[in-house]
Amino acid sequence: MATSPYLPTPAFARWRKFKSNAVTGVLVLCSAAVIAPLFLVLYFLIVHGATSLDWNFFTQLPKPTGEVGGGMANAIVGTMTLLAMASIVGVPIGIFGGIYLAEYGSDGANSWIRFAADVLNGVPSIVWGMVIYLILVVPFKGFSAYAGSVALGLMMVPLVMRTTEEVLVLVPQSYREAALALGVARWKVIMVIVVRTALKGIATGVIVALARIAGETAPLLFTDLGNNFWNHNLKEPIAALPLQIYNYAISPYDDWHRQAWAGALVLMALILALNITVRVLSRDRQKST
Amino acid sequence: MSPPPEAATGQKPSVPTRVLPTPSGAAPASLPVESEVIAFDIKNFSLWYGARQALMDVTIKIPAKKVTAIIGPSGCGKSTFLRALNRMHELTPGIRIEGSLQHFGEDLYGPGVEAVAIRRRVGMVFQKSNPFPTMSIAENVLVGLRLNGVRDKAVLQERLESSLHMAALWDEVKDHLNRPGTSLSGGQQQRLCIARSLAVQPETLLMDEPCSALDPIATAKIEELIQTLRESYTVVIVTHNMQQAARCSDRTAFFYMGRLIEYDETRKMFTNPANQQTEAYVSGRFG
Repeated sequence: MATSPYLPTPAFARWRKFKSNAVTGVLVLCSAAVIAPLFLVLYFLIVHGATSLDWNFFTQLPKPTGEVGGGMANAIVGTMTLLAMASIVGVPIGIFGGIYLAEYGSDGANSWIRFAADVLNGVPSIVWGMVIYLILVVPFKGFSAYAGSVALGLMMVPLVMRTTEEVLVLVPQSYREAALALGVARWKVIMVIVVRTALKGIATGVIVALARIAGETAPLLFTDLGNNFWNHNLKEPIAALPLQIYNYAISPYDDWHRQAWAGALVLMALILALNITVRVLSRDRQKST
Repeated sequence: MSPPPEAATGQKPSVPTRVLPTPSGAAPASLPVESEVIAFDIKNFSLWYGARQALMDVTIKIPAKKVTAIIGPSGCGKSTFLRALNRMHELTPGIRIEGSLQHFGEDLYGPGVEAVAIRRRVGMVFQKSNPFPTMSIAENVLVGLRLNGVRDKAVLQERLESSLHMAALWDEVKDHLNRPGTSLSGGQQQRLCIARSLAVQPETLLMDEPCSALDPIATAKIEELIQTLRESYTVVIVTHNMQQAARCSDRTAFFYMGRLIEYDETRKMFTNPANQQTEAYVSGRFG
């Protein structure tokens, strides 16, 4: 029985195996390098933040300069307020824009809208802050929670819009046809059948956008300014975690530095929680389809 | 229920399983019979997708409260024709039509006639069952009524039961109406879709190859169901399965290359077609 003339020599087989292992090793290293920074961030936040984190941090206002202790209760509530108000601005525009793209827009109009959304997504956050400063801070003669929310909300729009469009396009055409064949008006078909089918995906997009803006500092610097006290008047500046962290971190006081670390840990925990919610939602969605 | 023996053996059904209920009692020699009620009166209907003509000069009278089967090879325009009957094709961009299409005397494409209103009267069942995944069995049946503003609980309950009875699904689902519609088997899902279409009480039901994704037992159930539907509804069914057309339709129309080639009593179409192409198709020589 003749052997194949193309069998590799043992030496060649060893060389090939060596190359394979070497390249696999490089790939493993690179993927580790992707995860490593996350652990680096978490490590430093926990080491420096956890020690300064106590019950007072969640319940008390910042202490005046020179006094030790105090907390960021106002900033935590302020960030939640800003996120809620930003959603009121950004979520409806984003969702309805996404519905237009997926259900109504002509190809020509859509490509322009998508292009605009992608450019908007890339606008540096400090630029958002400057623009809103001119539009809402200067004319109304003051920094305010409203101005900050609008800046954050507008940053959400392109993200929410594109994810909404993506999940709506995934809803099979057969559901639209089935509903239309029942003599249901088109807008009802879209709102009740299509959007409802894609609801989890849309919620995921909204939460991703929230996680994205929760830590934004630059757009708030020019619009909301921040506040060391409780404020329930939205026409006035309101405290926000990223601003508080920024102000404390550049201060000369060790106690404030510790507070800044604690604030960063809380902010990171909030964003992590949002991301975990996204994971749970999208896992459910994969199960149901 | 098992399918009729003709189907099981794959033989050409020279003897129909039922006697055709012709109102006058006389077997019509030619179509249409003047006395019968016409559901669709279609004259010189042509349809283009962009530059490509999909239907050419179709003229046909489809009778009310009968089952009309539309057969023909793939791409012959039969699905296009069916979708034109409730203006579903308008979802496809670049469509142009010519000719007249009337449903019980109403011009389907007349000025001011809304597609939404047409589809209330002309329902449709699709090739692939498509119950809404976010809704329970009951919600699926009632969604058409609810979205058209029906709020009366007694009416909804009555429509739920009667639609599921009509679709021969009630006994199988009555104890778990709140389970998701997608939890049913393929054949049950298709009957759920039929119940959903019937709930809004259309006059006509269009079926686009409703059994092509189903096994023979589920198919037999749907075919049996079609027999009961014809007592109250006009049914137009597109099918690839010639035995199915022979088993469950009163009239058969044969389409080929966008043209209506022949249209006659099903019995005649399958035993003694006038046209050679029809004869070749129904005897399985092409298509």
